[in-house]
Amino acid sequence: MSGVTTLLLAMAVPLAGALLIALSHGRPNQREAVTLVTAGVMFGLVASLVPEVLAGGRPATQPWSILPGLELRFTLEPLGMLFALVASSLWIVNSMYSIGYMRSNDEPRQTSFYVFFAVALAATLGIAFAGNLFTLFLFYELLTLSTYPLVVHKQNAEALRAGRTYLLLLIGSSIVFFLPAIVWVSWTAGTTTFTLGGVVSDVMTPDETGWLLALFAIGIGKAAIMPMHRWLPVAMVAPTPVSALLHAVAVVKAGVFSIVKITVYVIGVENLARVGSGDWLLYVAGTTVIVASLIALTQDNLKRRLAYSTVSQLSYVVLAAAILTPTSVIAAALHIAAHAFGKITLFFAAGSIYTAAHKTEVSELDGIGRRMPWTMGAFAVGALSMVGVPPAAGFTSKWYLASAALAAGQHFALAVIVLSTLLNAAYFVPIVYAAFLKPEPASGHGHAHGEAPWPMVLALVTTAAGTMLLFLVPNLPLALARQLAGLS
Amino acid sequence: MIAAHLPALQVVIPLLAAPICAMLRRGSHAWAWTMVVSWAMPVIAFAILLQVLEGGTISYWLGSWEPPWGIEYRIDTVNAFVLVLVSVIGAVVMPYARASLEREMPADRQVWYYTMYLLCLAGLLGMAATGDAFNVFVFMEIASLSSYVLIALGRDRRALVAAYQYLIVGTIGATFYVIGVGFLYVMTGTLNIADLAERLPLVENQRPVLIALTFLIVGLSLKLALFPLHFWLPGAYAYAPSVATAFLAASATKVAIYLILRFFFTVFGGSYPLAGLGVPLVWIALSLAAIVLPSITAIYEKDVKRMLALSSVAQIGYITLGIGLLSEAGLTGSIVHLLNHGLMKGALFLLVGGIAYSKGAVTVDRIAGMARRMPLTFAGFVVAGLSMVGVPGTVGFVSKWYLVLAAIERGWWWLAILVVASSVLSLVYMGRLVEASYFRPSAPDSTDDQEMPRSMLASAWVLVAACVYFGLDTDLTVRVAAQAARTLLGTP
Repeated sequence: MSGVTTLLLAMAVPLAGALLIALSHGRPNQREAVTLVTAGVMFGLVASLVPEVLAGGRPATQPWSILPGLELRFTLEPLGMLFALVASSLWIVNSMYSIGYMRSNDEPRQTSFYVFFAVALAATLGIAFAGNLFTLFLFYELLTLSTYPLVVHKQNAEALRAGRTYLLLLIGSSIVFFLPAIVWVSWTAGTTTFTLGGVVSDVMTPDETGWLLALFAIGIGKAAIMPMHRWLPVAMVAPTPVSALLHAVAVVKAGVFSIVKITVYVIGVENLARVGSGDWLLYVAGTTVIVASLIALTQDNLKRRLAYSTVSQLSYVVLAAAILTPTSVIAAALHIAAHAFGKITLFFAAGSIYTAAHKTEVSELDGIGRRMPWTMGAFAVGALSMVGVPPAAGFTSKWYLASAALAAGQHFALAVIVLSTLLNAAYFVPIVYAAFLKPEPASGHGHAHGEAPWPMVLALVTTAAGTMLLFLVPNLPLALARQLAGLS
Repeated sequence: MIAAHLPALQVVIPLLAAPICAMLRRGSHAWAWTMVVSWAMPVIAFAILLQVLEGGTISYWLGSWEPPWGIEYRIDTVNAFVLVLVSVIGAVVMPYARASLEREMPADRQVWYYTMYLLCLAGLLGMAATGDAFNVFVFMEIASLSSYVLIALGRDRRALVAAYQYLIVGTIGATFYVIGVGFLYVMTGTLNIADLAERLPLVENQRPVLIALTFLIVGLSLKLALFPLHFWLPGAYAYAPSVATAFLAASATKVAIYLILRFFFTVFGGSYPLAGLGVPLVWIALSLAAIVLPSITAIYEKDVKRMLALSSVAQIGYITLGIGLLSEAGLTGSIVHLLNHGLMKGALFLLVGGIAYSKGAVTVDRIAGMARRMPLTFAGFVVAGLSMVGVPGTVGFVSKWYLVLAAIERGWWWLAILVVASSVLSLVYMGRLVEASYFRPSAPDSTDDQEMPRSMLASAWVLVAACVYFGLDTDLTVRVAAQAARTLLGTP
């Protein structure tokens, strides 16, 4: 099977899966088996593309012209490969987790939950494989629309309000800023095809390049750069598997992925470094890292704390991209993968605590580690990764980030990294400490409970192991990241 | 042989079919008869379009009287496109009409409905086909008078008031039009549009010509519901029978816009009419106001049909905006949006009609939670709604793309941003409907809702599917629209 066919199949499989899931309505076992099989097949297809990409192949579909100058085009390159691998591998684990979570919590409307989840994954792959800005935009919007039903899943007033914010901020910003930026590129450069080194270096003045970058940075609301981050905390009203895979991995990573991709393939890293009009992005991202961490410190609700941590961690990726050196591009790509595994583990743990102990607040977790050792152990690994301590994947990406900042003489970035590491520690370590070392409150936990159902525990242990594995053997993501940076 | 007479047949067949229809006794017979006639129309229209695309402009002399003395039917890409639009919409809504009308009116009125519908169709097609400015007025009256009746047949008594209001406004519009044509006749001695175009440069910039232009613009703007002359439209669309709303929303205002195009570009020759009056910015400002203000009203509107009608006013604003930009890209956007808006708004009105089929009046509160019981209806709603927002992959995106491109060509970045930003307003009012129907708990009295009959769903879904199909495969629509734009601008 040629690379192109595999590429298209990988996107078609989750859509077909969505259809089959819908047809399995009323037969939970069949429905969930279909979900797992779909996820497995999709991952297999994505993984089978890796050797070709590593060998330097760039499978690309024939462009399909929609309007003159506007075509649908898919091209696989290292960053997209990495993103697709992360999303598709975690979907398998997340599906296992969803089954445990949705059943134990007796959630309503489970069929539509799995259907939209599969559609969202198809959209994610579309973003990963997009060969030009228009295709990226198309699937970017599809991802927002397909995740909206998941955000309002509870269908109470709070969920509906969250859904409104979610749609308005994400679609609004993409239409008002992202789309004009695409039209601008298409108008001046005559193409929106992703090209290494960028397409606008010859046709835009330094000032214009700066404005273009600003339109992209604000327009891609999914990257949650402040002040466009507000949709993320409110989206936490969704069921935890949604927060875990979509709002810690697929959706938010689609945002930073797009920003890195645009920096590398539309504006061009060297071009941006040369014109120097993109420096502000470094400061905006750095500020987001610190401010979001400070807000996270004040959140007692566990999922909201994790959400603000995500906002902060996402801006690491943007910060890395904004340093504009090959090493920093590697750091950006690595952090997309590293944060994904760490954060999904943390959300899995939060959902597991909610399922077993019905606790949602950080202040209620005293001594819970003794009842749920696996969950809290995995949580500790995830937390280490967020702080950037070995043996967790977060260390590797942070290492690259710090060396890039040092080499480029970016003292601001370095200061941000140091300060935020301290802040990360300040809001994660107390949770781990309280869970394992503080005594359980005298009143107990209301009811006796142990671990969450086994599929959930298995899932979170798997991702925690993945977080450590990424630290021990970072070869594959590193190889892809180096290709992206043009170092191999 | 018959191919040469297609332009006449396009108009004469529905015109003659109407009195025959009036003599039928039963609603189902009238429906079958109208169905046959309406489905013949797109066949003729496509044949004409092919002739025009291959052989250039068709000039048909009615009764073989030579123009400019006789009436000439003159069809180029522009009106061939409009003929296709009107006749296709007319055909697609017919399967829907039967079940819908049986629910909404007694049998004897159904016969009248079909009769009036055929007359309206003949009038609209005649306005588009004819090359004679006074003949346009005659067909305009046929179309208008019959559409007043169509609206008044609505089951809500407020339909009568709405029809009366439309009657008054429509008559003023038609009168203004005929006054304008009268002035032109005085100055040039001709009523033939092609002839007018030739002779007008000789008397250009004389005051009567400017007065004529003013009357024409105001008269036609009333007909096409350009903001702020749109006040008749929401009531008329909200209370008319469902199928009439869908048909009129998708076709009637579009034909008035066609006439604006014809007079601006063919008769007055391109940029002159707007620049000559010093009004291009006024025209664009009104278009922008049309896009923004009714959309904001729509956000607060509770009645779904009125909301969609207000949205129609906004969508007409996009079309007039493209005209005001006076460029090929702008006109292409406008012309393709004539069709695209017809498809998506036609679909939406048909779907709302399907909800009204079981509910009567359709308000945001009453559709709460209905999506579960009417999944196909609301799935169509979501798709057509996305198209209204202009999500890529739908027809709405295609139109907006051209408008944005035209604005950028002019260097008007603020306008490009405004055009895309206005989509957010559509997102809000369409999103409100989706949120209510999918994610709010149902009203207690509504558990027995069910999907509309299959024939109605089929009509609606044909249009919904077209919204997506022509969003992905734009070769046919954009190619014809671009050629029509070039015809109007006189650039080969």
